[in-house]
Amino acid sequence: MEAIVTIENLRKYFDIKKSIFSKPRKVKAINDISLNIPRGSIFSVVGESGSGKSTLGRLILKLIEPTSGKICFEGEDITDLGSKDLIKYRREMQIVQQDPYNSLHPRKLIKDIVGEGLKIHYKLPSDEIYVRIKGILERVGLREEHMFRYPHEFSGGQRQRIAMARALVLRPKFLVLDEPTSALDVSVQARTLALLKELKESLELTYLFITHNLAVVDYIATHVTVMYLGKIMELGSKDEIFSNPKHPYTMSLLEAIPSVGRGKRIRKIPRGEIPSPLDPPKGCLFHTRCLQAMDICSKEEPDEIEISKGHLCRCHLYS
Amino acid sequence: MHNEGSNVISRRQLLVEDWKHTLYLWRQNKLAMVGTVLVAFFILIAIFAPLIAPYDPIEVDLSQTLLPPSSEHIFGTDQFGRDIFSRVVYGARIEVGIILLVTVISGTIGLAVGITAGYFGGVIDDVLMRITDVFLSFPNLILAMALSAMLGRGVFNAIIAISLVGWTIIARLARAESMKIKSLPYIEAIRALGASNIRILLLHILPMCMSPVLVQLSLRMGSIILTAAGLGFLGLGAQPPTPEWGAIVSDGRSYLVEQWWISTFPGLFIALVVLGFNLLGDGIRDMMDPRIRR
Amino acid sequence: MSRLLDVENLRVIFHTYRGTIKALNGIRLWLNEEERLGIVGETGCGKSVSALSVMRLIEAPGEIIDGQILFEGNDILKLSEEDMDRHIRGKRMSMIFQEPISALNPVFKVGFQIAETIAHCNDISIGDAYKLVPESLEMVGLDWKRSIDLYPHELSGGMAQRVMIAMALAIKPKLLIADEPTSALDVTIQAQILQLLDELVKIGKNAVILITHDLGVASEFCDRITVMYAGNVIEISNSEEIFDEPLHPYTKGLISSIPIIGASRELTGIPGSVPDLVSPPSGCRFHPRCDFCFDRCRTEPPTLSEISPGHFVACHLYSDGVKEG
Repeated sequence: MEAIVTIENLRKYFDIKKSIFSKPRKVKAINDISLNIPRGSIFSVVGESGSGKSTLGRLILKLIEPTSGKICFEGEDITDLGSKDLIKYRREMQIVQQDPYNSLHPRKLIKDIVGEGLKIHYKLPSDEIYVRIKGILERVGLREEHMFRYPHEFSGGQRQRIAMARALVLRPKFLVLDEPTSALDVSVQARTLALLKELKESLELTYLFITHNLAVVDYIATHVTVMYLGKIMELGSKDEIFSNPKHPYTMSLLEAIPSVGRGKRIRKIPRGEIPSPLDPPKGCLFHTRCLQAMDICSKEEPDEIEISKGHLCRCHLYS
Repeated sequence: MHNEGSNVISRRQLLVEDWKHTLYLWRQNKLAMVGTVLVAFFILIAIFAPLIAPYDPIEVDLSQTLLPPSSEHIFGTDQFGRDIFSRVVYGARIEVGIILLVTVISGTIGLAVGITAGYFGGVIDDVLMRITDVFLSFPNLILAMALSAMLGRGVFNAIIAISLVGWTIIARLARAESMKIKSLPYIEAIRALGASNIRILLLHILPMCMSPVLVQLSLRMGSIILTAAGLGFLGLGAQPPTPEWGAIVSDGRSYLVEQWWISTFPGLFIALVVLGFNLLGDGIRDMMDPRIRR
Repeated sequence: MSRLLDVENLRVIFHTYRGTIKALNGIRLWLNEEERLGIVGETGCGKSVSALSVMRLIEAPGEIIDGQILFEGNDILKLSEEDMDRHIRGKRMSMIFQEPISALNPVFKVGFQIAETIAHCNDISIGDAYKLVPESLEMVGLDWKRSIDLYPHELSGGMAQRVMIAMALAIKPKLLIADEPTSALDVTIQAQILQLLDELVKIGKNAVILITHDLGVASEFCDRITVMYAGNVIEISNSEEIFDEPLHPYTKGLISSIPIIGASRELTGIPGSVPDLVSPPSGCRFHPRCDFCFDRCRTEPPTLSEISPGHFVACHLYSDGVKEG
């Protein structure tokens, strides 16, 4: 499959300054990540808080500048483009954020929120804008009369649909979905996920789906990347990762999910908590919590190993 | 919150409810009511000054000098025979004019500097905020005096001087608001749509900064009058024969023991109007407090 | 096993400018000693309000207007605030919250806060209580030497929740109420905390009410599950049965909404959204979203009735002549 987005050796370091007198310390939010996102896929990025998964989405959209590395969209290098040159890519790549209560401008009508992209990119007559807004709202399951309301009049699920309409009105090819359903109730999440799946097929989209919920990944994704402290731990097709997980971290994430209606069970949970990204462990980043850690894990960082075609894993167990 | 069809409250209903609630809270707040009445009187006096004032505020009548309050001159007359009551009534117009101009000028400068500094951050923020700090490091009246001495006497120069003193607080406030809003997800979403910085600042951040800034501006109206009167009293603001309240108080200075009425009445008006604005401002601030507004 | 808690016909309202929110509409709950009850439901269903009512922590603008809460046989709604503090709250029952860091006092060190709780509950001096703190911290899996002198903001979410658990269990409560204790945590930490809670509650023989939106968490941890919707209890059953044989259409919808790994099924969800409790729907509060709604549902609120032993449901589909279908 042809890649719609390619990133090579991407790094993003943030400077953390405690006071004006102390030396800034570097947080390696994204530390040397390379991957290809195939066109038409739902490419999910999984990890716990602090794994860098949201930063990755924002880097690809160029909402933040990478420290080094290369980002290509449809074969074009967009890493160093300024805002003027980026504008045509803005039409192609959009984002839906996590928090439906802060992602819509509270004082604007729905028609203005959804129509903003059209006004930025095209000089269209107002009736044409109206028709397009109405069309996209209906596409995400809302109605024409919703155009003249304010965000506070909608439930979380409806707000998330409005955010989708705002992103889709420019007819993008690639969408970053940053935890789009984690703030929603489970019954609303189900309908939102079904809608996302349906939109992906009918509008021929590619998703980068950022989430912490592996059950959601199993339902929607075609590819999975597991991140930990800014690095990829395991990557592969969804079926491969779920049927044949290799990395101890992936396994423990799967293990930690409460099983519905299966009663109590004994499980192998990783010990401790995710270390501070200011002070990441030496060697393998996961060794401090790994149940299968060996001597070498605390000394040497493992390389990415290809388990089978397209299935990469960063772990000494397989070298 | 609301159901997809039936339970949606229309926007107009919501606005009406909001206003009713505001009025209700306002009536509960007795002091704010007093403030409202005082300020309303002040503004009405300014508007209808020609109808209220029995005499010309500037015309000199040397046959009527230094008369004590009587039925003809209820506040008495000054050393040039001018009716103090008429001067005070016309003075209200000047005070209103000063308040409006200072508010507009300092509000505009403050907002522009504040949201720019807050939105861009970094070096721009550092430079703009250090300039603000310089202005903030002098006492208000001293700085206003220095500026109007520099610019020369006169009402307009006084207005500019007071505005230059007043914008800093607005700038700090607008900066804080702008920093808060720019980090919200909806601004990021608009950036992802490709909006330019100017567009984001003017169409998305500025409107959201307006309401706290307006509250702050209304809180400062009392002190604007005080500063203006202070400058007038020191002879740096409005020049004779302009009936600016501070200047009238200054006129009566040398007669204070024998002819107390010249300075006392305009002084009383300054005090009442400042009190009115302060009570009103406190009321507005309380009203905006979400802990009170449930 | 003897009955520990019996809540009957509890009604709670909240006065707001928009109108009166009917948050709890005559709910019924019960709990035996050492039993674990899960209260499950979506945003605004009243699950947290139920828990706060049991602790008598409903404050203005909220108000308990009707019902009784029998705790160890006494109606705690009739107790004075003073008696509540002296004998019940923080003595016989305690609570942990979703945001553990904000539930701790930011200006005191962790060790001092635990000591204070122990001192208050056992009527001993802070100095004596402080000697018990290391044991308390070790019990919840924290290295006491490293954590006793930390301030709340220096703790991670998982550590803070452990401290909260140490404080809540230090008083050896009969009843522990856990309000979304793991919702703000990552999955691996959630699993750790649930495992810890499981072990400690087994040792301490505490009864637990676990409030959660996550049916998976509830089903693993609890013996019995109560499903709430819009201020009503709509179904009560033991944890296995509620998944194998859910009765209420809402419970069915909820279960078919949960993505389960390896299940590869379509998620149906539930149409519409939760009603505004200022003006809730007439009759059964779920009827506008229900596929099986008929005339009676629109007018008459269903009552909770026992369909099979220990399995209660409030739905007209199962009352009188109408049988399961």
